[in-house]
Amino acid sequence: MLKADCVDGACMTTPELDGEERAMVEEITAMLPHFEKSRGNLIPILQSIQEKHAYLSGAAMEMVAEHLSISPSEVYGVATFYNQFRFHPPGKHQFKVCLGTACHVAGGDIILENFERKLGIKDGDTTPDREYSIERVACVGCCALAPVAVIDDTVEGHIQPSRVEGIFVQFQVEREREEREKAERESGE
Amino acid sequence: MSRVDIKKHFAPIQREAARQTEEKKTDGIPTIYIVMSTCGLASGAAETKQAFEEALSLKSIEARIVPVGCLGHCYAEPLVVIDHPTSGLPPICYHQVSAARAQVLVRSYLEKGDPVFKYVLGATEENDLIPALMDFPRFNLEQRLVMEQCGRIDPNDIYQYVAEGGYGGLVKALGSAPEEVIAEIETSGLRGRGGAGFPAGRKWRLARAAGPDEKIVICNADEGDPGAYMDRTILESNPHQLLEGLAICAYAIGANQAHVYVRAEYPLAVKTIQKAIKSGEQLSLLGSSILGTSFNLEVMVFQGSGAFVCGEETALIHSIEGKRGMPQHRPPYPVEKGLWGRPTVVNNVKTLSCLPSIINRGAEWFRSIGTEESPGTAIFSVVGNVNHPGLVEIAMGTSLRTLIFDVCGGIPKKKSFKAVQIGGPSGGCLPESFLDTPIDFDSLTEAGAMMGSGGMVVMDENSCMVDVSRYFLDFTQKESCGKCTFCRIGTRHLLNILDRITKGEGREKDLGLLETLSEDIKSGSLCGLGKTAPNPVLTSLKYFLDEYEAHVREKRCPALKCRALTAFYIDLEKCARGCDVCVGCCPVEAIFTTTGRKKAVDQELCVKCGECMVVCPPEYDAVEKVSPPELAPIIERSPEKK
Repeated sequence: MLKADCVDGACMTTPELDGEERAMVEEITAMLPHFEKSRGNLIPILQSIQEKHAYLSGAAMEMVAEHLSISPSEVYGVATFYNQFRFHPPGKHQFKVCLGTACHVAGGDIILENFERKLGIKDGDTTPDREYSIERVACVGCCALAPVAVIDDTVEGHIQPSRVEGIFVQFQVEREREEREKAERESGE
Repeated sequence: MSRVDIKKHFAPIQREAARQTEEKKTDGIPTIYIVMSTCGLASGAAETKQAFEEALSLKSIEARIVPVGCLGHCYAEPLVVIDHPTSGLPPICYHQVSAARAQVLVRSYLEKGDPVFKYVLGATEENDLIPALMDFPRFNLEQRLVMEQCGRIDPNDIYQYVAEGGYGGLVKALGSAPEEVIAEIETSGLRGRGGAGFPAGRKWRLARAAGPDEKIVICNADEGDPGAYMDRTILESNPHQLLEGLAICAYAIGANQAHVYVRAEYPLAVKTIQKAIKSGEQLSLLGSSILGTSFNLEVMVFQGSGAFVCGEETALIHSIEGKRGMPQHRPPYPVEKGLWGRPTVVNNVKTLSCLPSIINRGAEWFRSIGTEESPGTAIFSVVGNVNHPGLVEIAMGTSLRTLIFDVCGGIPKKKSFKAVQIGGPSGGCLPESFLDTPIDFDSLTEAGAMMGSGGMVVMDENSCMVDVSRYFLDFTQKESCGKCTFCRIGTRHLLNILDRITKGEGREKDLGLLETLSEDIKSGSLCGLGKTAPNPVLTSLKYFLDEYEAHVREKRCPALKCRALTAFYIDLEKCARGCDVCVGCCPVEAIFTTTGRKKAVDQELCVKCGECMVVCPPEYDAVEKVSPPELAPIIERSPEKK
C-alpha cells in the first residue's frame, strides 16, 4: 500500500518491525488515547505523530484509522492530500529549498539543483545513509531575502550556488570533529 | 449588561497597562527593541540578541531587551530600535545590526552616549538632530492602519497592546447591540482582504440571519500564495489586534466558537497566537463571560497542513473537519451551512485586524481612507527586483508607480522595469503601461490581475515572462485538488505546453492553444483556484506576446532566463591568464584551460548555473550569456587534457 513498505515494487504485507519502528508503535499507542475519537482530530493526530517521529509510517496510519474507526485508505487519502506529511524517514540533516515566486525569480531552482547534484538524489528523497534529505517548499515567507533555503531549522537568505558547497563542508567538518572527539574519549577510557 | 459595567471590568486592565508603560518611561533604563519575526531571525536577529546580552553583561549595563514583531522593512533586517532616555536623543532605529554592530552599539551608544551615526536608519520621532524615519518616502507614503503597531509592541505582552488602546474596540462593541456593530461595519464599506473583496458587513448580516444555531467564526490565515507573508507578519507582530477583531465579529454574528486556521509552516506564528489566546483568556478578554458579560468565545488554533486550495473557504472548512480539503458547490454558502453544518463566517486576517480601529474611530473615519468603492488600506509584500522590498501598507487608490518607484525605491542596478506580478498564482502580470493603475479591487481586476492575497513581485528586464507563467502553472498544477477535470488535466496541459516553449520545442499553434485552453479551464472549474489559474498565462500572452513568439519562432529567450535556450561562454579577449576563479567555483568542472592558458566553457558539461558570471572579477567581466545557445563559440578541450 505504501511506498515506505515497498521493496523493489513488491509490497510486503506485514514487514518485520525493527527496533525503531517498534518503539514508534509503542509511543503512538500511548499517545492516541489523549485524543478524542472524532474525525476532526485526524489531522491534529497525524501532525503530532509527524512532529515526534518526523514521518508517518504505514503502521502508524493504520493505528490512527483504528482509533478513529475509519478505514486506513481514508487516513492515507487525507495524509497524501496535504503537503506537510512525509511517508519516508527524513535524513539527519534536512534541506528545504524555497521555490516561492521571489526565490524563483532570484534563481531558487539553481540552488535546488545544486543540492540534488551534490547528493545524487531528487527533491523529496533521502540519501541511502539517511544523513541528508532535500525538499522543495512553496514559500517560507522570507521573500525579501530570496533565494532562501532552510538548513535544518535555520533559514538562510541570499544563498549563492557556491554556498551549497560550503554548507556540506561545514557538516563534514562537524562530523569529523565529532568522530575525533568520540575516538579520543574512547581511547582515554 | 450596561456599558458602565463593561468599562468597570476593563478599567483595572487599563490601569495595569498604564502603570507598566509609565514605569518603563520613568525608570531611565534603556530599552533595546529587536525585530524577531521570521524574516528578522533569518537575517540573524537571534545572534544579534545574544551579542547584545553578552555585551551588556560584560559592561554591566542595565537595559531591557524586548523582542518585537516585524516593521515591514525586510531590506534592512536585522532592525533594532534603541530607546536611551538619559542620552537626550529620541529612540533611534538601526539597520542591518549584526552581532558585531550590536557590540559596537553597546560600547559606543549605551556606554559612552555616541549614537554611531553610520548605522542609523532614522529616529522614530521628529527631532533636531537625527533625520526622522517619517522623512523618508518608504515611511511617509505609507499609511499604516492594520500594521500600525507591528514592530512597535511586544507581541507576547497583552498590556502593551492595551496601553496603545487595544481591546477598546471590543469594549465599545460589547456596549452596543450586535446589529449596531454590523451596521457600523456595513457603513464602513470594509471589503474582505482575502482577495475577492466581498463586503464583510453583508457576509455577517447573512450569517446572523441564518437560523438559531450558534455561529462559528474562522480566521483564514492559510497564506498559501508563494510570495505573500503579511498574514504571518500580523500574527507574529500583533496577534491581539486579530483576536480583538475575531471577538468583535463573533459578538456581532452571535458565535461562541472561533478557529484560527494557520499554516503549520509558520511555527512562530502558531506559537505567538496560542500564547496570545491564553493571555486574553486570563484577563477575561476571551473565553467565558468576556468582561463580565454573557458573551462567551472559545478560540482554537488549527494548523493547516499545506494545501493552497484550503485558502478557499469551503475547502478550509473540510480541512478542519478532518477531510481532504476540496471545495464544494455553493450554495449553500458557509454563512448558511458551514463548519459542522453551522453558519460560519470565514474572514481573512487583515479583514479581522481592521475591525478594532473601525469600531474605535468610526466608519466615517475608515471611509475617509482609500477610494469610494474600496475604502481602507491595502497591504502588499513587495518583493523581487526592487531596492526596498518588504511589507507596505498604503491607502487604496495609490498608483502602482508610487508603490514601486517611490515607496520601494525602484529597480536596482539601473535596470529597467519590465512587469509586476500581482496576486500570486491567481493574478496577472502587468506591463509598464499599467503603472498608473490605481490599486483597488476593481481597477486591478479590470486590468487582468487581481488584488489576491497581496503578493507583488516586481520584475526587471532579466525576467522571462514565459518562464514566470510556467512557474505559476507548475504551482497551480501541483496544488489543484483534482475535483474538476478542467482544472486537473487542463492545467497539466498548459504546463506541458509552456514547458515545451521554454525548452525551445514550442510549435506555432501552441500560442492559440494556450489561449483557448485557458478560457476552458476558467469556465470549467468550481473554485477560485481553477477559475484564476490561467490568469498569469492570459495576461502575459496579452502584454508580452513578442516574448512568446521569440521563444517559439526563433528559439530565443530575450531575457536570457530559460536555461535550455541560453549558453555561457568566456570571451577570450577579456579573460586574464592565471586567474582561476571560475574554475574553482564551477560545480561540474565544466571550465577548462585553453591552449592559450585562458579559460573556456565545455558546453556539454555546463549546467548553466551562472556562478562563473557572478565570480568573474569586474575588471575582466569576461563571462557572456547568450541566447539562442548556438551563438556561443565552441572551443574544444585539447585532447590530452580531456
